[in-house]
Amino acid sequence: MNLTLKIWRQHSPDEPGQMVKYHVKDVSPDMSFLEMLDVLNEGLILAGDDPVAFDHDCREGICGMCGMVINGVAHGEQKATTTCQLHMRHFKDGDVVTIEPWRAAPFPVIKDLVVDRSAFDRIIQAGGFVSVPAGAAPDAHAVPVPKGDADDAFDAATCIGCGACVAACPNGSASLFTGAKITHLGSLPQGRPERASRAKTMVEQMDLEGFGGCTNTGECTAVCPKGISLDVIARMNADFLKASR
Amino acid sequence: MAVTGAILVLFLVGHMVGNLKTFAGPEAFNGYALWLREVGYPLVPKRGLLTLVEVVLVAAVVLHIWSAVALYRRAAAARPVRYATRRRSQAGGYVVHIMRWGGVTIALFVVYHLLDLTFGVANPAGGAATPYTRMIEGFSRWYVTLFYAVAVIMVGLHLRHGLWSAFQTLGLARGRQGLRVFAALLSAVLVLGFLSVPFAIMIGVVK
Repeated sequence: MNLTLKIWRQHSPDEPGQMVKYHVKDVSPDMSFLEMLDVLNEGLILAGDDPVAFDHDCREGICGMCGMVINGVAHGEQKATTTCQLHMRHFKDGDVVTIEPWRAAPFPVIKDLVVDRSAFDRIIQAGGFVSVPAGAAPDAHAVPVPKGDADDAFDAATCIGCGACVAACPNGSASLFTGAKITHLGSLPQGRPERASRAKTMVEQMDLEGFGGCTNTGECTAVCPKGISLDVIARMNADFLKASR
Repeated sequence: MAVTGAILVLFLVGHMVGNLKTFAGPEAFNGYALWLREVGYPLVPKRGLLTLVEVVLVAAVVLHIWSAVALYRRAAAARPVRYATRRRSQAGGYVVHIMRWGGVTIALFVVYHLLDLTFGVANPAGGAATPYTRMIEGFSRWYVTLFYAVAVIMVGLHLRHGLWSAFQTLGLARGRQGLRVFAALLSAVLVLGFLSVPFAIMIGVVK
């Protein structure tokens, strides 16, 4: 199939960017979205042009590196799917596809579709860890963990930190990401002693980075490739209020 | 947002129940209006409790709007460059469309509502008439009834998200799916309760 792409091109963080139109021919429906961009880039390189820069790493949907807003939807319209796992069979011959980077002040564009997500790292550094040396993996039955808590922690721990929640949020809030990390660590015995203080420092760092406030619109969970639930935000708020008392 | 919203919801419940006094006749309704001004007398001065409620409500409304403006400004600052494609809502778009503009609609309505029925300035019977007469005269104009109905339905839609969202913000909503149903039910009860009075006046059951 043949596609028309409108892609955000921005040479460097300080230069203004713009949408540029490209045509890609002979796209196979079996290609992933990133492979389709690889084909485009091969053509651009052969023609002596600058290839489109985009983030990617594992291409298995588990690393959280890739991510772009496709036709106005973070990671595209396919539910619970990262961009690398989005396949071209979901598009039709002749489609016009717009591709933009995550848009948020704390995620400045580095080049084209690549944004700097260090703000997430700083939120983790503010409290997304367990301070005591927990050693190697303990015996499974050494510290009993109720099944419900283990499930909550595991579901939240599936967050890959891609930033789609921020990209989709009309408020540009990072609450789903921060809530997922707080729920992941705070649900388990090793992370419980720091549960309240962790929520406080991480939320404060999130606000400091310039993310917006959460109004529970649910746009984040709808685009999340891992389907993280809004419950993690309630958990974050509960822990934060506990620390603020 | 959550705390001030909760205060306003409690007021709405009281207001709706008070409105239903209409169906008990003019004496009961006017008597209720008088009771609101005299409750607790002589323990508290006349209008004492009513004034207290009014002050709390005004403070809640002001803080609620202030929170909304603060959230809006943070949101605008967090996304200085907008998407070129019109962002398509993946969660139905209900919240995005209803809450902010619905809130503005409700605020405008409350101003008119107070001018009409509390101060009587915009009421054909004037401020000197009894509360019951003011209500009947106020709703005898079809466009007032229509505006009222639109605003009340907007309140219901606002609360359907707002109630659940308040529990979420206060960290109480985790894993409780029933809260969404509760929010929708309470909103529906409030809307029906508020609409019953002008509807009864319209079809002539209450004169």
